[in-house]
Amino acid sequence: MVDPIPLTTEPALAIRDLRVSYGANPVLDGVTASLARGAMTAIIGPNGAGKSTLLKAALGLIPATGGTALAFGKPVVQALPRIAYVPQRAAVDWDFPARALDVVLMGMYRRTGLLGRIGKAETAAAMDCLSRLGMADFATRQIGALSGGQQQRVFLARALAQGAEVYLLDEPFAGVDAATEAAIVTLLKSLRDEGRSIIAVHHDLSTVSAYFDRVLLLNRRTIAEGPVASTFRQEAVARTYGNQIATAIPA
Amino acid sequence: MLADFWGAEFVPLTLPPLVIATLAALTCALPGNFLILRRQAMLGDAMSHVVLPGIVAAYLLTGSAATPVMLASAMAAAALSALMIEGIRRLAGTDAGVAMGITFTTLFAAGVLLLEQSGASSVHLDVEHALYGNLEGLIWFDATGWASLLDPIALTGLPPEVAGLALVLSIVAGAMWLVWRPLVIATFDEGFARTAGIPVTLLSAGLVAVTALAAVAAFSAVGSILTIAMLICPPATARLMTDSLPAQVRLSLVFAAASAILGTLIAGYLPPLIGLPGTVSASGMIAVVSGGFLALAAVLGPHRRPRSA
Repeated sequence: MVDPIPLTTEPALAIRDLRVSYGANPVLDGVTASLARGAMTAIIGPNGAGKSTLLKAALGLIPATGGTALAFGKPVVQALPRIAYVPQRAAVDWDFPARALDVVLMGMYRRTGLLGRIGKAETAAAMDCLSRLGMADFATRQIGALSGGQQQRVFLARALAQGAEVYLLDEPFAGVDAATEAAIVTLLKSLRDEGRSIIAVHHDLSTVSAYFDRVLLLNRRTIAEGPVASTFRQEAVARTYGNQIATAIPA
Repeated sequence: MLADFWGAEFVPLTLPPLVIATLAALTCALPGNFLILRRQAMLGDAMSHVVLPGIVAAYLLTGSAATPVMLASAMAAAALSALMIEGIRRLAGTDAGVAMGITFTTLFAAGVLLLEQSGASSVHLDVEHALYGNLEGLIWFDATGWASLLDPIALTGLPPEVAGLALVLSIVAGAMWLVWRPLVIATFDEGFARTAGIPVTLLSAGLVAVTALAAVAAFSAVGSILTIAMLICPPATARLMTDSLPAQVRLSLVFAAASAILGTLIAGYLPPLIGLPGTVSASGMIAVVSGGFLALAAVLGPHRRPRSA
């Protein structure tokens, strides 16, 4: 594994005292984190810890009741062209009448704009993105006819088509097959090696050390944040998950 | 019979309802494609029901039944109902379907009460008209035969609904063409669309406004039953026939036009042909035909998706 690329000037994502409530229940109770540029960061925490909420609130998709989120030192809304967001696969209706290629082409909306139509160059670029995820043969397949893993790869290909510098992924490995997981990890690492920043909500504690450089342990508040080697420790993980001790973690 | 069909009666009596029904069907089917994909099919239902209290209230307030007054008041009622739906959803914490069900039945019923208690029903507003429209009453008095289509003087006597619906259809089609890509993206994946810089909330409001415009324009000519049917049945039928959204939209227009044309002709010509007295409601027959297309597609369509448990 490559050592994490050292912090340059601004972090990819700087979250400060971010607060979100659903009704009277606080979901994020003042989260502060500085997510490094050029690194792969996992956001880890138990169900209901606010992992997905953290991504959505940082992107402005749901209203925060307090706090700020900066990307490259600017408010996230202004930095959105440099950010690719991959929602949970379950967030969309896969019965939607579209082909895999159509979904990937959605990633080029910023470049083509309102009146820009899809031309040969865009289609070729989208096919390239599908190829990088081993999905070229499925380009014209209706998305509802794809397996869960293939659907996730289509989502990744769409993010790739955005040509972003920061990738925010919500559970990219949820419910996917082993081949897909390997394809996605390879892609994310190659993006990281190009200096891009990956931030992913992650569930599988056993793969954290193999896949990620840094980790953000979250349970409504930041429990710990830092390099995997020094931060992903039994004590901190136990604090994150309450008393459920994860025996797989080095002490 | 055939002589009647092609003779001088067809152009003044049957052609105008046929054209108006087709225009109304096309106008409603376009936004309907996105309503069904967004699981907002009930929205069109709500819109076409709240038109009634809107136009009754406007008539009582202004004493006028002029088209611009009716259109403006119906749009205002549609906007009010959208606010009511959102308000009920937030305050009572119900889901959108419940809020819509409450809103449109309550407002429609209030419209019926208003209508009964006021003098409005003596003019040309009545409940039957609201449900079935007045397709058969839209007659082209100045027409004497097919040649009238080329006669500029006779053409000025066309029912105003023809030009009105043609205008609304071009507005609806133009708006949909303009925002096609962002609308498709926002319909498929709202969270992603926001991060891609698409004004998702504005587009949703725009879709509601276009639906309201289509429903209001169609309502006075074809009534609420046909408006609802045309918003939902042709797109839902088309969805069963294809997995491509552009093809779905094109097919929905074909089904809408086919329902309108077949329905009008069946309603006008079938009952006498089989020896029944009089004719049946054209609006009702069009809605039934569109339902028939849906039933056929549900059984035979190539892209049915049996719901897995």
